[in-house]
Amino acid sequence: MMMIVSDAHTNRVANFHVFRGNPDENGEHIGEVVNYEVPLKPGWVVLDAIHWIQANKQPDLAVRWNCKAAKCGSCSAEINGLPSLMCKTRLDHMPADKPIIVKPMKTFPLIKDLVTDVSWNYEVNKKIQPFTPANSNVDTWRYFQQDADRVQEFRKCIECFICQDTCHVLRHHSKFDKFFGPRFMIRLAQLEFHPLDVADRLKFIKEEAGIGFCNITKCCTDRCPEQIRITDNGIIPLKERVVDRFYDPITMLLNKIGLG
Amino acid sequence: MMSSTEHNYETKSYDVIVIGAGGAGLRAAIEASAQGASVALVTKSLLGKAHTVMAEGGMAAALGNLDAADGWVPHFKDSIRGGKYMNNWRMAQIHAEEAPERVKELELWGAVFDRTPDGRILQRAFGGHTYRRLAHVGDRTGLELIRTLQDKGIHSGIDVFMECTVTNLLEENGQVSGAFGYWRESGRFILFKGKSIVMASGGIGKAFEVTSNSWEYTGDGQAMAMAIGAELIDMEFLQFHPTGMVCPASVKGILVTEAVRGEGGKLTNALGERFMKNYDPERMELSTRDIVAKAIYAEVRDGRGSPNGGVFLDISHRGADYIKRKLPSMYHQFLELGDVDITKGPMEVGPTMHYTMGGIRVNPETQESPTVKGLFAAGECSGGMHGANRLGGNSLSDLIVFGRRAGLYAAEFAKQQTEMLPIDNEKVKGYAQALVEPFERKGTETPYPIHAELQHLMHTKVGIVREEKFLKEAIAELAVLRERAKKARVDGSRAYNPGWHLAHDLINMIDASEIVAKAALQREDSRGGHTRLDFNFSDDKVWRHRTSVASRATDGTLTVSYFDKPQMPKELVALFDKAEEKTAFETEGKF
Repeated sequence: MMMIVSDAHTNRVANFHVFRGNPDENGEHIGEVVNYEVPLKPGWVVLDAIHWIQANKQPDLAVRWNCKAAKCGSCSAEINGLPSLMCKTRLDHMPADKPIIVKPMKTFPLIKDLVTDVSWNYEVNKKIQPFTPANSNVDTWRYFQQDADRVQEFRKCIECFICQDTCHVLRHHSKFDKFFGPRFMIRLAQLEFHPLDVADRLKFIKEEAGIGFCNITKCCTDRCPEQIRITDNGIIPLKERVVDRFYDPITMLLNKIGLG
Repeated sequence: MMSSTEHNYETKSYDVIVIGAGGAGLRAAIEASAQGASVALVTKSLLGKAHTVMAEGGMAAALGNLDAADGWVPHFKDSIRGGKYMNNWRMAQIHAEEAPERVKELELWGAVFDRTPDGRILQRAFGGHTYRRLAHVGDRTGLELIRTLQDKGIHSGIDVFMECTVTNLLEENGQVSGAFGYWRESGRFILFKGKSIVMASGGIGKAFEVTSNSWEYTGDGQAMAMAIGAELIDMEFLQFHPTGMVCPASVKGILVTEAVRGEGGKLTNALGERFMKNYDPERMELSTRDIVAKAIYAEVRDGRGSPNGGVFLDISHRGADYIKRKLPSMYHQFLELGDVDITKGPMEVGPTMHYTMGGIRVNPETQESPTVKGLFAAGECSGGMHGANRLGGNSLSDLIVFGRRAGLYAAEFAKQQTEMLPIDNEKVKGYAQALVEPFERKGTETPYPIHAELQHLMHTKVGIVREEKFLKEAIAELAVLRERAKKARVDGSRAYNPGWHLAHDLINMIDASEIVAKAALQREDSRGGHTRLDFNFSDDKVWRHRTSVASRATDGTLTVSYFDKPQMPKELVALFDKAEEKTAFETEGKF
């Protein structure tokens, strides 16, 4: 019942390879990996080690963080190559004999060291038509937990942008002007599935948000620290709605002859 | 590249400047903008990351969806009793009256609360609330609040300045004229000219070793407001949340939502005893936070604690499905960070510094400072609403009730001003020079060890229980830490430099800490979030009627005195019966 702290890692000194650098004029990540030896304590997460480095070795090491409890989504980085929250990545779950590599999110322009410029995401959100209920008389509103469940799964999103960092459409192909990325697919899904929302965003989802660019590799779902089933529960149902509207053969025919 | 000591700054002009983008700041900005004001919303973090996001259990509002007998009167009475009668009565009344409308407004803006079987907003039980009152979303209600306001705010014509730290407020003849600060990304300076300012910058928890608060909680608003003549009230009252994680050390202090107790969690000591029966037999685990925190403290002190210095909190009897649905974040938090499956056995929990009841003194109707014209404050950085102890769930509702009011009256104030006040450029240069000065120091010490020592000092000597001897020592030691902080060296450039940021925040924390220690030394009384082992009782004849007030004297010293707090009008006094009043205090002295 009670927790036993393993002593196995208590006295361990781990090697951290931490990226330090500044952007060039295009925001490219220019810098080097610096090695720090960090004495670990039981239960430590990567962010504890980064804070130790700040306090003891490198006071100007830049890192973005807030809650240190996996609730705010600020401390996203790439740990041993995997986009992750630093506050949630336990060191005693990692191999003892290998260095721990901490780098900034590759998909976004660098600000400094582990901090990247994620402002693009905030610009994308502004383009989305917000919640639009049929009437504003909240006292008359009724909907049930089953309906709420579907929406609440997406509203768990802490905007860590790890899904955006992971998504190859953004990461490798830089389609920032064509595809909103998984985070905003579930923002859109959440609005579309809200039982009281009456706005029609399907054309927008297809043309502006670029849902067609997602080819369902589910990498975003794999990395989501909130375990939101981004692809299965969000993107695929949205794709189905888009297909029903714009690609259903009968609808297309009716549209063509002016009866749609 | 900019030199680290360059003084240049850009200038922006707005009707209303809102400092802080948690629930209160966002709500204020939305309201001010709705009133037609041009609004700058300035935040140290990214939008949506403020400490509000960590609130878990819910927001208290007497909607009466489950208990039809609930209404503003019971909510008002619960808040006053929970606050040990120290609350500003008018704020507590406004809060209870307006919270239901504000919660419904969130739903209108897209919030998705948990539902009752008939499809309305579900409400849960919480400590000190007579009825089931907290609108909630599982155990992530703060995230729901901030995201709803964020999504509303970005369509409200507000200019948001993310990762921008305000370091100084400007005033002319007792009226605000602007705010000065720096971009965290580049370290470049920025001046905001403004007609009114809403301070919504949160608490001071980062001055403590074990805290649920994030790095932002450094008392900036309290220190900056005092520097231009505002007063702080009730600063001796700090809330130690009874249930923070205790183990392993890296997670010590992280919040364990009160919803665990609200959903039926049981507290036991090392003997397996439900010890709350010895402190508050009627309400047991649903007693108020001050009492539960001090009970846990006493159990541990007297040798009945858990192996890691806490007590046990068990919810496993509710079953895995229920726990995962209603407390999903807690389930994951303990599983991933603490190696404990809370569906199978108990958690270990202990008190953690959580909330600052006191804060900037404001007019209860308008949220304006009575001593600085055009300065408004809302949320945790303001004082008065919660008295000596805040009830769980009353913070999120406080943010939206008084955030809205602050925004409304700040916009009105701005409308009445025909033009911007002039800015004294010499003053601004002085602020800029003070900010770059740490780069020029030759000392050996960085701000980090000083911060760590401050946290340890406040925790051990100005913590959950206090005594004259330790408070006096703390005040003396704070003076030493202040001198060291003034000499702390900063390396590197001004671009995203956490050491530099801390060098400034540290001074704010020391200011706030000094006020807490001085107010605590003067109050020879125990109630709510202030417990004196050498005055281990509630002195209702004297101290129930006195509120501490702190300010900065012209020579820069921080002073604390007391004033007689406003008396509740007769019609409200008549709502309370004497027997109820007595029970509110009988637990003091049991620790």
